Amino acid sequence: MKKKIVFSSITAIAVAGGIIFAADHIDAPAVTGANSTSTGADITDIYAFQSPADNTKMVFVMNVQGLMSPAVTSAASFPPNVLYEFNIDNTGDNVEDLVIQALVQNGKIRVYGPVAPAATGTSSTVRTNGTVTETSVTTYGAANPSVGTNNGIKIFAGPRDDPFFFDLARFKEIIGGTQMGFRNPGMDTFAGTNVLSIVIEVPKSLLGSASTINVWGETKSK
Amino acid sequence: MKNITNYAASFVIISLLFIVSSCDKDNDQKDMFDTSGTYTIKDQMARPAIATVFVGASRKDEFNGTTPTAMSAAFKTDIVNKLTAFGYTTNALGQTKDQFASLLATDVLNVKTNGTTTFFDGTNVLTGRKLDDDVIDTELLLIFGGAAGTSNPGLTKDNVNGNDKVFLTAFPYLASPW
Repeated sequence: MKKKIVFSSITAIAVAGGIIFAADHIDAPAVTGANSTSTGADITDIYAFQSPADNTKMVFVMNVQGLMSPAVTSAASFPPNVLYEFNIDNTGDNVEDLVIQALVQNGKIRVYGPVAPAATGTSSTVRTNGTVTETSVTTYGAANPSVGTNNGIKIFAGPRDDPFFFDLARFKEIIGGTQMGFRNPGMDTFAGTNVLSIVIEVPKSLLGSASTINVWGETKSK
Repeated sequence: MKNITNYAASFVIISLLFIVSSCDKDNDQKDMFDTSGTYTIKDQMARPAIATVFVGASRKDEFNGTTPTAMSAAFKTDIVNKLTAFGYTTNALGQTKDQFASLLATDVLNVKTNGTTTFFDGTNVLTGRKLDDDVIDTELLLIFGGAAGTSNPGLTKDNVNGNDKVFLTAFPYLASPW
């Protein structure tokens, strides 16, 4: 009986709140449009973790343009008018003290920072006064990733397998009321799909001295 | 004939000028990137699926344009209401509904700068997010699992426990595309 209440509640929320998608895939109506096609400014996932190759470095990942088939991936590109920005709070107030900004233009990515932002909040200008790191965007089908380096920073931009995994199809059936729980084994709805990734590895020494930082990703456009 | 020669000569000169100016541009890489103007927010994300699950469709764009410091005032009530509808009482972290909603309402990733960084690995909780973290199971468990993590067993894990490609041990870590 308790379960039934839970399920019916979930269904009611699903109906009231629209279809639940994924990590953040297709979750920005303003940039995905009426047909819910993921576009250049639609973030699918943000990751932040200690480098598995060097524990003095931190890795930041922003994935955009989710649920792409191989055919779609081969034609996908980063729009030149989008700024990809990691916001980093190192004073515990959830206001960005540092930003890492990326622009992709003419087949190249340029990464600015980590550097203090000109202003905090929802509008940004590009901070060209800090460390600037550049490399070519890795093309679909390239044998090796193109990696840019500068002052201990490493950067990458290009298509990658979507690292997110979730039996989203079954979840939709649960919230739709046609299933009562997950299946075992589950099926990864994101298997075989790609994203466009920006991966930036920076020395931890460039992030301040806090034992915990707070991180969020933003796409901004002009 | 003379006209043609002149034309050819002009073409060579123009071509040379073009090549010279191109070289100048290559040498001055700053010119290749347009860094001008003001960029305005379009999408925002930190913890996986939080906005997706707890923010209704009609407020998603509003959420994506709200700074983390303003999120709690704007969205915590919505989150409390959804937790109530989910039948939430407490979770494996011992959080009351209000405590859990407060945590979720400020959507930032807490990342430790020394040591293990993971969404949840059985020991460490919310110290980062790495590629192979089963973030959906963690969130399902915290929302539906109750104090002992044993409530609603059909809803607390999706039984997809890893990615469909092996991650790389070297930068950029994410696997090559399909």
